[in-house]
Amino acid sequence: MRFVDEYRDADAARALVGLLARRVTRPWTVMEVCGGQTHTIVKFGIDELLARGVELVHGPGCPVCVTPLELVDKAVAIASTPGVIFCSFGDMLRVPGSSRDLLAVKAAGGDVRIVYSPMDCLKIARENPDRRVVFFAVGFETTAPANAMVVWQARRLAVPNFSVLVSHVLVPPAMEAILSSPASRVQGFLAAGHVCTVMGYEEYEPLAERYRAPIVVTGFEPLDILQGLYMLLGQLEDGRCEVENQYSRSVLREGCLPARRQIAEVFEVCDRKWRGIGEIPLSGYRLRPEYRAFDAESLFDVGAIEVAESPACRAGEVLQGLIKPNQCEAFGTLCTPERPLGATMVSSEGACAAYYHYGRFREAAPSRR
Amino acid sequence: MAVSPEDFTCPVLISDYPNVLLGHGSGGKMTARLIAGLFLPSFANPALAALNDQAVVEWDGTRIAITTDSFVVSPLFFPGGDIGSLAVNGTVNDLAVGGAIPMWIAVAFILEEGLPMADLERIVRSTAAAAEAAGVTLVTGDTKVVDRGKGDGIFITTTGVGIVPAGVSLSADRCRPGDRILLSGPIGVHGVAIMSVREGIEFETEMGSDTAPLTGLTRVMLEAAGGPEGGDGPSTSGGRHAQPSSPSVDRAGIRCMRDPTRGGLSSALNEIAQASGVGMLLDEGAIEVPDAVRGACEMLGLDPLYVANEGVLVAIVAPEAADRVLEAMRSHPLGGRAALIGEVVSEHSGIVALRSAVGGTRVVDMLAGEQLPRIC
Repeated sequence: MRFVDEYRDADAARALVGLLARRVTRPWTVMEVCGGQTHTIVKFGIDELLARGVELVHGPGCPVCVTPLELVDKAVAIASTPGVIFCSFGDMLRVPGSSRDLLAVKAAGGDVRIVYSPMDCLKIARENPDRRVVFFAVGFETTAPANAMVVWQARRLAVPNFSVLVSHVLVPPAMEAILSSPASRVQGFLAAGHVCTVMGYEEYEPLAERYRAPIVVTGFEPLDILQGLYMLLGQLEDGRCEVENQYSRSVLREGCLPARRQIAEVFEVCDRKWRGIGEIPLSGYRLRPEYRAFDAESLFDVGAIEVAESPACRAGEVLQGLIKPNQCEAFGTLCTPERPLGATMVSSEGACAAYYHYGRFREAAPSRR
Repeated sequence: MAVSPEDFTCPVLISDYPNVLLGHGSGGKMTARLIAGLFLPSFANPALAALNDQAVVEWDGTRIAITTDSFVVSPLFFPGGDIGSLAVNGTVNDLAVGGAIPMWIAVAFILEEGLPMADLERIVRSTAAAAEAAGVTLVTGDTKVVDRGKGDGIFITTTGVGIVPAGVSLSADRCRPGDRILLSGPIGVHGVAIMSVREGIEFETEMGSDTAPLTGLTRVMLEAAGGPEGGDGPSTSGGRHAQPSSPSVDRAGIRCMRDPTRGGLSSALNEIAQASGVGMLLDEGAIEVPDAVRGACEMLGLDPLYVANEGVLVAIVAPEAADRVLEAMRSHPLGGRAALIGEVVSEHSGIVALRSAVGGTRVVDMLAGEQLPRIC
């Protein structure tokens, strides 16, 4: 298939692995920020191909995983309200709240629907004028333009029975939180290619300079990851700390300006809680005042819900790269994709789920066959 | 993690769910736990415990294969088929992959009040045509109507009965290290065809379901393997096997077959690996995934290995019979794209691993519940 096979070519991968092995002289610890990259790395076994001493730690870039527990509980509360049609991207449905998930709401009779595009919700809202339709607007900068667009359209078309539960988070503040943590071992980043497609990478330049950490904007196919690693490890070996763009077929330095304008029209930056990490200042989006009429959180009066996370779940440490998923005591025992304690086990992009599905549980539990 | 033996003896997990969830019907781990925790202990008997897609029972020297399956597909009509043809082919195929000759079929229609009569007529005509094409006789049936809103137009349950020829003995627990894994064709077509209609996703090329009766294909495979009595038997087995253990297995070079429907290729192979206590190593490059399926899966964040198939089967075949069986598959219209996709290994028992296109390996696990589309 065009635009996929080229980036999965076995010979080219071998060549890059060879180049990497010759380039690396010392141990390095680098983080791939995006869950999609984690998925590729584990799915294709890329970390097994790397030179000894190169350690990949898996970053916080999975939107499902960092959505705070209380927002899931708010979603559950809204979805359980009679007359509501609750729309969500598929993988939010199995994220455990403090008592249940959205799939359980559906099983108990709630009208919970999977959508592929936020714009589908507007259609549903207009077809069901007597019902209240709520969209769970989750994600990083990647999904923000489409989510902003649906709110903008709802206002333009005056759809009164539509609202959004916003849980948007931003990548650069999370990278800064990791870099500024005294426990951090991360020496460089593969930045998330799709986030940068929307936002560009100007924001990363001061980060790289301030923390002396090289950053390479990287794509999602196996060869993207290998080339991104080659560029990143090359910088580390040379003692450079620049922002480079491996994913130039998609990313411009300034990003996608129409998308950024759409986001800025509807959203403003606010403080956000991250599951497992806690509150990070100026790390998310909320609706601007002129769009608050579409804010499900105030419409449904769920603003006061606050809950604590499972003490057994160490997803926060996983998301910050402090431990590998299979170093958590609950991994594969108390916590499985079927009965996840934390969101990193739910989404296929979550580091724990990626480890579990693709077999890394064996490292943690060698006694299992 | 594939389902391990201890999972089959732990009914506690069932009680974790106060309600039935959709995932319990996904064909993955939740389904397996429901079966192991509730159904198996309640209905315990050896024919059921074999957990094949069909039960084989013996009466008066004749081995009879029985299977039943319910069809709740939405939409009722989709490119390449409809719920009627699917209901016949699904049951026929469950018999065929057991090595049986499908003979008779029973059908129960649960109709929802308000279903257009024209739709019912169309489905019934297609059911009849599919039965004729598959060479089975529809000998009995039942009709119920439920209130509007209590069904989804129509649900169909089909039950099939077939005869297992002498000398054929296929079962998921008979695979051994060294056996070859053969796949009859491209995967994911049916699942993506259904999804494209259900979710309103449009592709440049229309995908039609590949639903078809597999009986003809399984016949030529069994003949090539020397399975049915009267066949000439695998030439390589003569004199080479000192131990007389499981003679029927040795005569039939095919250990087992599955049509990887719900849960996809991955679930079918995991079940077989578990049942036989062997590992499997697949070659990603050998598994044909049509571009339209790959494209849809890339877009939706799904894995083609878990997407449902209809007119496809996977067979585990003794190494000495593999070439002959593969050749026979390729001579049949439904197996023209058949391929050797991997091997049964003695390592990592119960686990299916896959060598990725770029050279790493990964475990191909059974899904926990429903495969959910990713956010981005």
